[in-house]
Amino acid sequence: MILRRVLIANRGEIAVRVIRTCRRLGIETVLAVSGADADAVPARMADTTIAIGSYLDVDAVVAAAVAARADAIHPGYGFLSENPRLARACETAGVVFIGPSAEVLEAAGDKLAARAHAVAAGLPVLPGGLVSAGAGGADGADGAGVEEAQAVAGRIGYPVLVKAAGGGGGRGLRVVRDPADLAGAVEVGSAEARAAFGDGRVYLERYVAAGRHVEVQLLGDGENVIHLGDRDCSVQRRYQKLIEEAPAPRLGETLRVGMRAAAVAFGQHLKYQGLGTVEFLVDAGRSEFWFLEVNARIQVEHPVTEAVTGLDLVAEQIAVAEGRRLRLSQASVRLDGHAIECRINAEDPAAGFRPSPGRVTSAVFPAGPGVRVDTHIQAGSAVPPQYDSLLAKLVVSGASRAEALDRLRGALARCEIGGVATTVPVHAALAADGEFAAGGVSTEFLARWLGRQTRPVRDKNG
Amino acid sequence: MDPLTNEDVADILALLDSLPYDEFDLETPRFRLSLRRTPGGWTQSTEVHAAPGGAAVGRAAPGGPALGVKGPLPPSIGGDGTFTPVGGDRSGAGEADEADAARGEADAARGEADAAGGEAGGVEGDGGSGDAGLVVVRAPLPGTFYRAPRPGAAPFAEVGSRVGADTVIGIVETMKLMNSVPAGVAGVVAEFCVTNAELVAQGAALLRIRTEE
Repeated sequence: MILRRVLIANRGEIAVRVIRTCRRLGIETVLAVSGADADAVPARMADTTIAIGSYLDVDAVVAAAVAARADAIHPGYGFLSENPRLARACETAGVVFIGPSAEVLEAAGDKLAARAHAVAAGLPVLPGGLVSAGAGGADGADGAGVEEAQAVAGRIGYPVLVKAAGGGGGRGLRVVRDPADLAGAVEVGSAEARAAFGDGRVYLERYVAAGRHVEVQLLGDGENVIHLGDRDCSVQRRYQKLIEEAPAPRLGETLRVGMRAAAVAFGQHLKYQGLGTVEFLVDAGRSEFWFLEVNARIQVEHPVTEAVTGLDLVAEQIAVAEGRRLRLSQASVRLDGHAIECRINAEDPAAGFRPSPGRVTSAVFPAGPGVRVDTHIQAGSAVPPQYDSLLAKLVVSGASRAEALDRLRGALARCEIGGVATTVPVHAALAADGEFAAGGVSTEFLARWLGRQTRPVRDKNG
Repeated sequence: MDPLTNEDVADILALLDSLPYDEFDLETPRFRLSLRRTPGGWTQSTEVHAAPGGAAVGRAAPGGPALGVKGPLPPSIGGDGTFTPVGGDRSGAGEADEADAARGEADAARGEADAAGGEAGGVEGDGGSGDAGLVVVRAPLPGTFYRAPRPGAAPFAEVGSRVGADTVIGIVETMKLMNSVPAGVAGVVAEFCVTNAELVAQGAALLRIRTEE
């Protein structure tokens, strides 16, 4: 079916991003907004808005789509984007869910199920296990849960990583080195996972300290699955990605080809429909990689893939949701040049990256060749404390990584965001760092780099 | 309505590059785009205007959601619409909320002073009550205050609980991050100033602790 009106069940820059593609395709947009977002930029851009209490409320989102007579729901990323209940509720209500099927979301969203599928598809995995304690059900289950967590961790071997079972994005992640800290980490990780995904289950996995985080972008129509190249997301602080780039630098052709093939095999095994990402942990030195998880949604960092492929990934999502076959063959996907994305967050790097909600007083961004800014803020925008801290994504591209980096340095110098503290100065300092410029850093890089800064990285705007 | 796309801006810049202009402003009823030439390259700033003459936003009524045209929120909307960050202007809040906001701002001012001096939640003597033994624990950040580690679990502390300086008395969730709030001082919890799951401003009083000599 041709989609004529789409309800966007999200906020922030991704809401703006989806509205832009819908407008280009002649699709009407209805934006679901919470009270805090009713006058935000996405609400001003959408054709219409409809109030919902929470972006995590499946019934409210589906009721809003039905009331607005929307043909489809685009869930963006985070919130309900990977929630199979939403996909099923859409099916019941006769609304198209722009994303994979409920079955695939169940397989992808549950860490244990995803691992089992990865193994079945022939992908290497790290040892791990689910802890039911995080489900946070009846009182009194706590003791048993802690014992279970300790048993799983003992089997895997410390250090272990505590992860949210119900979603990706780095929420609820914690490293536990000492068995005495396990119970607390499981509890807090579970609370964060519930806040972010509405699912408090946690999963334990062996922790690899110095790996790289490389992911492969998939696009499938349920039968055919292709990859749209890889991305490196190793520059992370507490498992939150700060910088992403495409393609992954200094990976080695054997490893790159192997990972792309593994991701496609996984997608074919799941009969993947829509846009998805297979995340890998990579030991580049030993040319080894392990399956981490699959993100069954559009990702924050999708613009770097768009920059090197020339594709509009939201448009491809919509085409698949309309029931079309893939319009692209693997051979027709051309990867050109290099792109780097910086996440500009409302966090104060001079104060330990403390969240910095408030009101934006000025928002000046760079413009020019090879520069793209995806944002939902402008002078006067509120940055509410209820939601995550992403303010803008600065995406630069060039014929080579060196050219992209050069553009990045100039572009960051032209960013002036006032009213809230931002991560711009961290990006500027990183862009000038020799180790980052060399490429191929691992996930422990940023913490080490922050540790060796002699002065706190301050915002020139205050 | 859309401001211009990145491609539109790129086209305009390509044109401007061949012209002797350093500033470009485009104003439509829907948005304003400002481009400036700086020594390092072009900058852009956009202002998307609010829809003119908007009446009421479509909102979920008891019988189900209704679709409406865009505009400012009606004053009665609840849920997460009632909270405005510190320093933000506040439209359509009820009287009680305004009182809360005023208190929150006063609290915030103290909270900032606390933050400048120390790391986590502020702790201070309760000068107002004249009770030197009562210490206020304040929110280190704006966000949602939780008394328990997760829904249904036992609270970290109750009135009458004995706490140490490092005892966690609650969590403030800010931008999806859980920030544990330690008591900061040893004593007995005298009272909670906010309820569970309440939105609090930075520096808002969370609870009072009676210290022991």
